[in-house]
Amino acid sequence: MKWSEFFTSSVGKKFVMGFTGLFLISFLVIHVGLNACIWANDNGVMFNKAAHFMGSMVVIRIMEVGLLAGIFLHAIQGLVLTAQNYKRRSVGYAVPMGNTGSPWYSRWMGLLGTLILLFLILHWYNFWIPSRFTGVEEVFIDNKPYDNLYGLMLLTFSNWWVVIVYVLGCISLAYHLMQGFHAAFKSLGFHNRKYLVVIRNVGNVFSIVVSGAFAMMPISMKLGWVS
Amino acid sequence: MEHYNMNLTLKVWRQQNTRTAGRFETYKVSEVSSEMSFLEMIDVLNERLTSEGKEPIAFDHDCREGICGSCAMYINGRPHGPWHANTTCQLHMRAYKDGDTIVVEPWRANAFPVIKDLMVDRSAFDRIVQAGGYISVNTGNAVDANAVAVEKEKADESFANAMCIACGACVAACKNSSAMLFMSAKVAHLSLLPQGAPERNTRVVNMVAQMDKEGFGSCTFQGACESVCPKEIKITSIARLHGEYLSAGLTSNK
Repeated sequence: MKWSEFFTSSVGKKFVMGFTGLFLISFLVIHVGLNACIWANDNGVMFNKAAHFMGSMVVIRIMEVGLLAGIFLHAIQGLVLTAQNYKRRSVGYAVPMGNTGSPWYSRWMGLLGTLILLFLILHWYNFWIPSRFTGVEEVFIDNKPYDNLYGLMLLTFSNWWVVIVYVLGCISLAYHLMQGFHAAFKSLGFHNRKYLVVIRNVGNVFSIVVSGAFAMMPISMKLGWVS
Repeated sequence: MEHYNMNLTLKVWRQQNTRTAGRFETYKVSEVSSEMSFLEMIDVLNERLTSEGKEPIAFDHDCREGICGSCAMYINGRPHGPWHANTTCQLHMRAYKDGDTIVVEPWRANAFPVIKDLMVDRSAFDRIVQAGGYISVNTGNAVDANAVAVEKEKADESFANAMCIACGACVAACKNSSAMLFMSAKVAHLSLLPQGAPERNTRVVNMVAQMDKEGFGSCTFQGACESVCPKEIKITSIARLHGEYLSAGLTSNK
């Protein structure tokens, strides 16, 4: 079986979705952990130092390229698969099945993924592009200059509409993960029922905790819960 | 259970052939016995239509015992009707009450084109099985059943998957019109047994290639297929198929 045959088959495409999905999930763990430093309530010292550490490590910078590739591969493949699957039924049912047997969010993964992608474009515009390309105002910590990403967060999340868009993005992420977490493992061939129950429960907890933590960041800043 | 009669309104999809557009026809059916099966109720309606000089409703049926997988009807938004783990032929009219409206549609999937009314062409399933859903057996005397030991758990799992009757409800229920539950049942049934081992890799590769060629969608693990399967094939069989395919694809020399 040629590589091209493998990756263009319906199962191969799902393998790519599952693999990139789990890779992106692993990134979320690092991202949420780093961002949680804002709750140290030290005026962003720990957060700015942590962000500087991540930004200055060569390995992390190389992985960042892989991360971007992963995001685009996951997004493009997902959109193509959604479009291809949609075309498999030209005439729909007069009485649709609705939520019988499948939760609504599992059937709307394409839409949820698109909302997350749109959110990411705003997120990159707010933080990633200033951090990597256009520059961020500096702050001195222990007489050393650091990019004041904490200050940028405070400024960005001073607008209610930005906070609302971020919270909506996190809600989309939560539902996307609730289906994507366990489906990714199944797409990679995990079929042991005992472990799949654990994976499903871990996935649900992960989806709520990680997305909830992300959503609380702009809310905390807007409501002045961090200083 | 107490017997009762009911009057029903049926909205049935009528379509002359694959090329023509279809439409819903409404029929009033009176004095339907709660003891009838759903297909018997259609039979009664068809007798009336025939006596009125109208064309009867075309539908697939054969064993009427829930084991052949012929009776394919999407009833009120659910393949095989409202009962769990049930085929249309085993659905009885006691599931309904007087005055109910029942909407009956054929399986909807481009890979299952409508032949006429409620009959769809499911020969795509046959071609998928022909592509690899079998084991090759040498001719000669049958080997003693106990000659090859099979672990009990695997034998049970294999048998559970062999229960698939290829009715196509999984395709009908799936948002993507995916045939993965059907195909995974065939793959799991054979790959769990020692007799299926020699063709294990080629089987899954060839069956997936044929499935893609037939125009079925891919699996997104939503679970609708599992919820309507009359034989309760588990979605974990699809995960097993993914594993088989990855193993075959990543270990092949070519």
